Amino acid sequence: MFIELEEEQVEQLAEKFVQNFIADNRWQYLVNGLGVTLRVTFFALIIGIVLGFLIGAITSTNKLNGTLKIPNAICKLYITIIRGTPVVVQLLIIYFVIFGAVDIDKVTVAVLAFGFNSAAYVAEIFRSGIMSIDPGQFEAGRSLGFNYIETMRHIIMPQAFKNVLPALGNEFIVLLKETSVAGYIALQDLTKGGDIIRSRTYDAFMPLIAVALIYLVLVIIFQALVNRMERRLRSSDR
Amino acid sequence: MTGSDEVLIKVENLCKDFGDLKVLKNINEEIKKGEVVVIVGPSGSGKSTFLRSLNLLEKPTSGQIFFEGDDITDPKVDLDLHRQKMGMVFQHFNLFPHMTIKKNLTIAPMKLLKKTEKEAEERAMELLRMVGLEDKADGYPSQLSGGQKQRVAIVRSLAMNPDVMLFDEPTSALDPEMVGEVLEIMKKLAADGMTMVVVTHEMGFAREVADRVLFMADGEICEQNTPGDFFDNPQNPRLQDFLAKVL
Repeated sequence: MFIELEEEQVEQLAEKFVQNFIADNRWQYLVNGLGVTLRVTFFALIIGIVLGFLIGAITSTNKLNGTLKIPNAICKLYITIIRGTPVVVQLLIIYFVIFGAVDIDKVTVAVLAFGFNSAAYVAEIFRSGIMSIDPGQFEAGRSLGFNYIETMRHIIMPQAFKNVLPALGNEFIVLLKETSVAGYIALQDLTKGGDIIRSRTYDAFMPLIAVALIYLVLVIIFQALVNRMERRLRSSDR
Repeated sequence: MTGSDEVLIKVENLCKDFGDLKVLKNINEEIKKGEVVVIVGPSGSGKSTFLRSLNLLEKPTSGQIFFEGDDITDPKVDLDLHRQKMGMVFQHFNLFPHMTIKKNLTIAPMKLLKKTEKEAEERAMELLRMVGLEDKADGYPSQLSGGQKQRVAIVRSLAMNPDVMLFDEPTSALDPEMVGEVLEIMKKLAADGMTMVVVTHEMGFAREVADRVLFMADGEICEQNTPGDFFDNPQNPRLQDFLAKVL
């Protein structure tokens, strides 16, 4: 980068750039792929949060007062299986085994696979967040007359959420990058898009670095959003 | 200040086990309306467990607790409704750190008593004025000293207009110079006729404010009396021993 480039080299780079991104409108592979990646990540995120929250609420309720034994056992099993197997394998199983006989949109399959996967991790994050709250907070809520759910909602959850925000942010960054294996079911996400360009132009450097940079920029933007939210939520800590 | 004849809390054959450990052994006790009952005893004697059993923060292993005539150990009884009438103050304050002081005082009345925000806030400010902390209303608990936190915790409970206040070692976590300000509030409450059950190590408070002092040891109430006789003429040898150590 710091070496002064000869005119010839500059020309070569420009030529490669044109070949990889401009010719045949190849940039569309990246743009469309990015769209798919964002869509998959967004909807998987929603499934992950909703389902993960539900599972976390069940497992932590069981831990706190011993109720919900059977739902808790199911949740524990779910977490064990999901965390115990690679996400690529889960993706392949959902596509080729569960929906093997039906014609189904690949984006939907990816959303389900990554959403269910993320839910297991989010559930554990939520549970750890709830368990991290001083039991005295719970007792204070109950002693004022709040029932279990009201105590959770008004007193425990807002504090737990604040505590787990960094871990949640991290999980979402992992999720965004994890969707890059969606190519295994031939879904044309961002990574696959870059790879297709590589296979057309026989140039690995440009398309793959471009893909990496796009992920990096996405993560940096997301991290900034999380940091901002954290700062806002921390306002009561001084 | 002395209690009326109306029984507010009645405890019958209360037992609590933690595994093999019998923490409360068949306790029978009555708290009358307007009475200030102070419970003292060595640590591990079960006094906190007894107090926490009164609003069922500890579930009794057996026995019954009647509050205003209702058996609150009966699963069919709406315990949450009864807890609204039983304020509790904890050793470690347990203020809600994510809410302003004012919000700490208004959330329960607004959500549970369906008070409007304006009503709840007016009452909150009135209570904060009572404990000299109205200027802290918009601050957060982390900005308060221990004594201030406990004063807020007391008025947070009072905001629900409870019929009884339970105090679980309210001054034990405080720096010595802050104990007085909390005891002052409690004295004021007692003078206003609030029914109070107080677990404490503050013998001065017990002597001065209590209508009745209970001595607990090994899960039993070994002796109880008016403060005068309790401190000056103890009968039970274990109480004599205890008083010799703490006074």
